[in-house]
Amino acid sequence: MPKLTIDGKEIEAPAGTNLIEAARRLGIEIPHYCYHPGLSIAGQCRLCMVEIGNNPRPQIACNIQVAEGMVVRTETAKVLATRQSIMEFHLINHPLDCPVCDQAGECWLQIYYMKHGLYEPRMMDEKVHKPKAVPLGPHVILDAERCILCSRCVRFCDEITGTGELGIFQRGDHSEIGLFPGRELSNPYSANVIDICPVGALTDRDFRFAVRVWYLETAKSICPGCSRGCNIEVHYNLRRPHHNQGRRVARLKPRYNREVNRWWICDAGRYGYKFVDDPSRLLLPARRADTQADEVVWEEIIPLVAARLSAYRPEEIGVLASPQMANEDLFLLRRLVDHLGIPNVDFRVPSRASGDEDRILIKADKNPNTRGAELIGLGPRPGGLDARGVLRAARERRIKCLWVLHHDLLLSAWPEEETREALRALDCLIFQGSNANGVSPSAHYVLPSATWVEREGTFANFEGRVQRFWKAVEPVGAALPDWEIIGRIGEALGMGPLPATAEAIFKALAAEVIAFRGLSYRELRDAGKPVASS
Amino acid sequence: MRLRQRFYLVEVLVGLRVTAAHFFVNLGRHTAHYVFGRKDARGAVTVQYPEERRPYSLRLRSLHRLVRREDGSPRCVACMMCETVCPAHCIYIVAAEHPNPEIEKYPARFDIDLGKCVFCGYCVEACPEDAIRMDTGILEFSSYSRRGMIYTKETLLALEPAGPDGTPRSPIPIPADRTP
Repeated sequence: MPKLTIDGKEIEAPAGTNLIEAARRLGIEIPHYCYHPGLSIAGQCRLCMVEIGNNPRPQIACNIQVAEGMVVRTETAKVLATRQSIMEFHLINHPLDCPVCDQAGECWLQIYYMKHGLYEPRMMDEKVHKPKAVPLGPHVILDAERCILCSRCVRFCDEITGTGELGIFQRGDHSEIGLFPGRELSNPYSANVIDICPVGALTDRDFRFAVRVWYLETAKSICPGCSRGCNIEVHYNLRRPHHNQGRRVARLKPRYNREVNRWWICDAGRYGYKFVDDPSRLLLPARRADTQADEVVWEEIIPLVAARLSAYRPEEIGVLASPQMANEDLFLLRRLVDHLGIPNVDFRVPSRASGDEDRILIKADKNPNTRGAELIGLGPRPGGLDARGVLRAARERRIKCLWVLHHDLLLSAWPEEETREALRALDCLIFQGSNANGVSPSAHYVLPSATWVEREGTFANFEGRVQRFWKAVEPVGAALPDWEIIGRIGEALGMGPLPATAEAIFKALAAEVIAFRGLSYRELRDAGKPVASS
Repeated sequence: MRLRQRFYLVEVLVGLRVTAAHFFVNLGRHTAHYVFGRKDARGAVTVQYPEERRPYSLRLRSLHRLVRREDGSPRCVACMMCETVCPAHCIYIVAAEHPNPEIEKYPARFDIDLGKCVFCGYCVEACPEDAIRMDTGILEFSSYSRRGMIYTKETLLALEPAGPDGTPRSPIPIPADRTP
C-alpha cells in the first residue's frame, strides 16, 4: 500500500484511493462539491485543490490517486487563495436566495462560503437568470439559478439508476441542468438527487417549506418499507409544532451502510412514513360491546384480554403475528404462544398487490422483518394451522378467538368476502396495531401500538442482517411498543415479569434462538451484524 | 412599633411636611422659571396621560407591523429568521408557495403572541427583507384573554408606521374578544 503524507501526517492507503478519501481517514476535510464516493469522478467544481510535492500549481484532490512518497498539503496560502477564487466563481450567478431556500442550514455553498468565501463581492454585473421552481418529477423540484453544475445528479441518473433523465444544456454561464425532452425524473430512486445535491438546486417537493432544517432533530433508524432494511435517519421536529401541519416526522434521509444500501434509499421508502402522524392512528385501547366501542385504559384492558385468551382452549385460538414487528416483539409473542400452547400461529399473509423488485435496493417482500419472524419461529406449531387455515377454521367456528397483529387481512391476497365472513364468525377478535385498518373496526379489543419511530428495537433484513433502530419521538396517545403490550398480557397470564427494555428482551433472544446466538444489542452498533449462518 | 408611631398624628404631620416641602420647592422653581426668566429652574410637571402625551423616542420599540409590498401583500418571505432568533418563541409562521417563482415563499400564517413577546427587537434585526418593523408607536394593547393577545398577519399588515413625533397613525388593534 502506498504511504504518503498529508499535512505532515503519514498515512497508508490502498492503491487507487484518491486524496479526498485518504485525507478523510486522517480527519482532514478537503472541501468539494462534485466528488461523491458513490459516483464517478467529474472534476467539475475545482474546489478540492491541494498542493502536491513541488508541483507549481495546485491540483484537484478527487482525481489524483495516492502514490508512494507523495507529500500533500491542504491548507497552504496558495490552496486557500485558490479555494476563495473558486468560491467566488461559483457564486457569480448564485442568487441570494438563502431566506427562501430549503437547503439553507445544510447547504455546502453556505458552509464553504463561511469558511473560505470572499466576503466583499466584486461582481457588478446583473446575474444570469434561469428557471426557478420547476418540478422535474413527482418528488424533485429544480431551481436552475442555484445550481453550481457539479453534475452529481446527472451522474446519479446515468450510473446508479441507469435511467439518464438529466443532462446539462446550453453553454458557458448559461449552462443549466434539465430534463431531456419528454422525460420526467420519476425513477424509483429519484429523490436521492436531492440528498447528493450540495446546494439548493434540487429540493424535495414533499418537504418543501415544511420545516426549516435547523429545527430538525435526528434519530438513526431502519427503513421498514421492504426487507432490504436500508439504514436511514429520521428527521423530526418537536420544537415548532405548528410547522409541517403538526406532523412530527418531517422526512427520512438515507444513512450510509456499506453492506446494505450504501448512500441511497428508494422513493417508496423515503415517503413511506406518513402513517406515523396520520389521523388513522389508534390512540387509546378500546373494548367493543355490540356496536359501541369504549375507550379504556391499559390497566383495564390487559386483564380482559388475558382472561379471554385463557378462556378458550389453545386450539381454538389463532395468532397472526406480523413481519412488520421487531425481533423483540416477535420473541415475546413466541414465548407467550408457547406458554399458552397455542398451535395456530403464523406471520405470512400474502398481500394482494404483488411487490415490485429491482437489482438496486427494492425487494418484493414489503416487510422489514420477515427473516426475523422466520428465525424466531412464528410459523404454525406441529398440528397447527397457517394463516389461511386459521381463517378457514374461523369460518367453520373451530377457531373462536383470533389475535391479529398489524395485518390488514382485507387487503390480503385471499378473497375479501371469505375474510369478512371469518372475522364475523369469531367469538373474540383482538387487533393490535398502530393504525386503524380493515380489521380494527370489527375487533372486540383494540390494542394501540407504537410505530417504529416511537420505540427502539431490531429488524433482520432478507440477508439476515440484524440492525438496530432508535426511538425518535414519543408514542401518540396511550400507544405502547408491541413488546410491552405482549409482555403485559404475558405477565397477566403468568408468563413472568415484563422485561424492562428492548435490550433485555434481545439478550434473552440471543440466549435462546440459535441464529441470534453471540449477538449483543449494544454490539450491533450503527451498521448491524449478520445472524449466524445456518 | 414605637409608642410615637402608635399615635398616627405625629407621623401624619411628618408626611404633610414632606408633601408641603415638595409643593413649595416646585412652586419656587416654577415661579423662577416663568416669572423671573430662570430657564434652568425646572419644576415637576404632570402629563395628563392618556389625553396628553410626551413625544416618543424614534428608536422606541413598539407594536410590530408587517411591511407591505406595493400590491399590499406582505414583504415577508417566511424564512423563519425572526421565528428562529426570537428568545420568547412568540412568532408563529407557516410558509406557503407563492405563485410568483421569483418570490417563491410567503407566510400563510404569521402570528405574534404579544403575551409572550419581550420587545427585544431581534426579529427586526434578523429580518433579511426588512419585512417586520417595530415602529407603530402603539404601546397600549390589552385583552381579556391570552388568545386575544395573539395578533395575526392581517392585523399586523394593516398597521402604519408612527408619525415623526412617535404618535401612532394606526388605531390600536382591538382583539376579537373585546368590544371597543
